[in-house]
Amino acid sequence: MAGKPKLHYSNGRGKMESIRWLLAAAGVEFEEEFIETKEDLEKLRNDGSLLFQQVPMVEIDGMKMVQTRAILSYIAAKYNLYGKDLRERAWIDMYVEGTTDLMGMIMYLPLQPADTKEKNLALIIERATNRYFPVYEKALKDHGHDYLVGNKLSWADIHLLEAILMAEECKPGILSAFPLLQAFKERTSNIPTIKKFLQPGSQRKPQMDEKSLATVKKIFGI
Amino acid sequence: MSGKPRLTYCNGRGRMEPVRWLLAAAGVEFEEIFLETREQYEKLIKDGALMFQQVPLVEIDGMKMVQTRAILSYIAGKYNLYGKDLKERALIDMYVEGLTDMMQMILMFPFSPPEAKEKNLDSIKEKATNRYFPVFEKVLKQHGQEFLVGNKFSWADVQLIEAILAVEEKIPAVLSGFPQLQAFKKRMSNMPTIKKFLQPGSPRKPPPDECYVETVLKIFKK
Repeated sequence: MAGKPKLHYSNGRGKMESIRWLLAAAGVEFEEEFIETKEDLEKLRNDGSLLFQQVPMVEIDGMKMVQTRAILSYIAAKYNLYGKDLRERAWIDMYVEGTTDLMGMIMYLPLQPADTKEKNLALIIERATNRYFPVYEKALKDHGHDYLVGNKLSWADIHLLEAILMAEECKPGILSAFPLLQAFKERTSNIPTIKKFLQPGSQRKPQMDEKSLATVKKIFGI
Repeated sequence: MSGKPRLTYCNGRGRMEPVRWLLAAAGVEFEEIFLETREQYEKLIKDGALMFQQVPLVEIDGMKMVQTRAILSYIAGKYNLYGKDLKERALIDMYVEGLTDMMQMILMFPFSPPEAKEKNLDSIKEKATNRYFPVFEKVLKQHGQEFLVGNKFSWADVQLIEAILAVEEKIPAVLSGFPQLQAFKKRMSNMPTIKKFLQPGSPRKPPPDECYVETVLKIFKK
C-alpha cells in the first residue's frame, strides 16, 4: 500500500475539489482514481466500497471514508488545521458551513436548466456580495490577523480562498468592495503549498465544460 | 443570564429538531424563542445576531452559533458524544452525514407540491430501506454492541433514533426487515434522557402540519 490517500471521483471538481484543496494545502500527496463510466461507479458499489453508494470516497488510514464533510473534518484534524480547542473548532465549522453553502450554489449551476442560469448566477453574485463575503471581511477586520481563526492557518482559510476563486470565476472583480479579502487572497495564495496547487500541472481541476458535464450526467444518471 | 443554551427557531421541527434531540439526550436543559412573524426575523438580522442571516441560532457559552452542523458538532464535542479519538469521530461523522441526507428528504417533504408528495414518499421509503437502514443494521450486527461507535453512546446513536422515528411516522412498517434496528430503537427509547424527551410536555416538536408550513413561508419567503 502506498500510504497516500486515494481519492475516488469523476475527473472534475464537484464535491471532491474541497478535499483536493485541503490535502494540497496541508502538503499531503494523494492519488486519484477517476470514475469515467457508469460501470466504474457500479463496480465500486458492488465491491461494497461506498458506505451509502455515493462518492466522494477517500481511502485514508485504512478507512474507506465517504461523506465530504466527514472526510474534510478528518483531514483538518489530522493535519492540525482545525483550531486548538472546541471553541476555535466551532468558529471554523461556522465559517466553513457558510463557504460550503456558497460553493454549493456555484457547483450546481451547470446542472440547472439553461433558462434559469442567468437568474441563478445573479443570485450567487448577490449572496456572495451581501451575505457571505461581508462576514469574512468583518472577521478579518475585527481581529486584524492574517487568518480567520486563532491567528493560525486553518481549514476555514483554505475553504475561503477556494470560495473566493470560484466566485471570481463567476464574476471577475467580485471582491472589489472587500479590501481585506483581496489582501487575504493574495497572502493565502502565496503560502508555498497553496501556491504550488495553483500552478498548472497540479491536481487542481478546471471548471466544468460541456464534455465533462455530459460525462457526469451519464455516470450518475442525472 | 440563565446559562442555559437558548434556541431561536420556528415553533416546529425543521432544522432545529436534531439540536433539541442532542441537547435533550445529553441531559442539557435549554430555552427556546419561537419566531412567529417576519418582523421578528428581520429584527434578528438587523441586530446582527445571525451570521449568515439564517436560523437555527443557538446561544451557547457566549457564542451566537449558527449552521446546524457546527452547532451539533460543538454540542457533541462538549458533552462527550463524539467518540474517544479521531477515527471514532470519523465514523460518527460519516453516519451522521448519511442520516442527515436521509432526513433532508423528510425535512423538505411538507414543502413539496401536492402532486409530488406521493413520489417523494416513495423516494423516502426506497432510500431508507435500500440505502440507509441496511448500513446501520449491518454495523450493529457486525460488532454486536449496543451503540453504533466505540461501544459508547454518541451523537450517531441520537441521530439514528431520531431518524428511525421520523421515517416510521411516514412509513409505519419501515423497520420490518431490520431486527437490529428494532432492538436499537427500543433500547434508545428507554435511555432515561431520551425516554423523558419522548414524553408529552417535552421540548420535542410534533410533525409539521399545514399551519407550520404556512408560518415558515410567511416568515422566510422573499
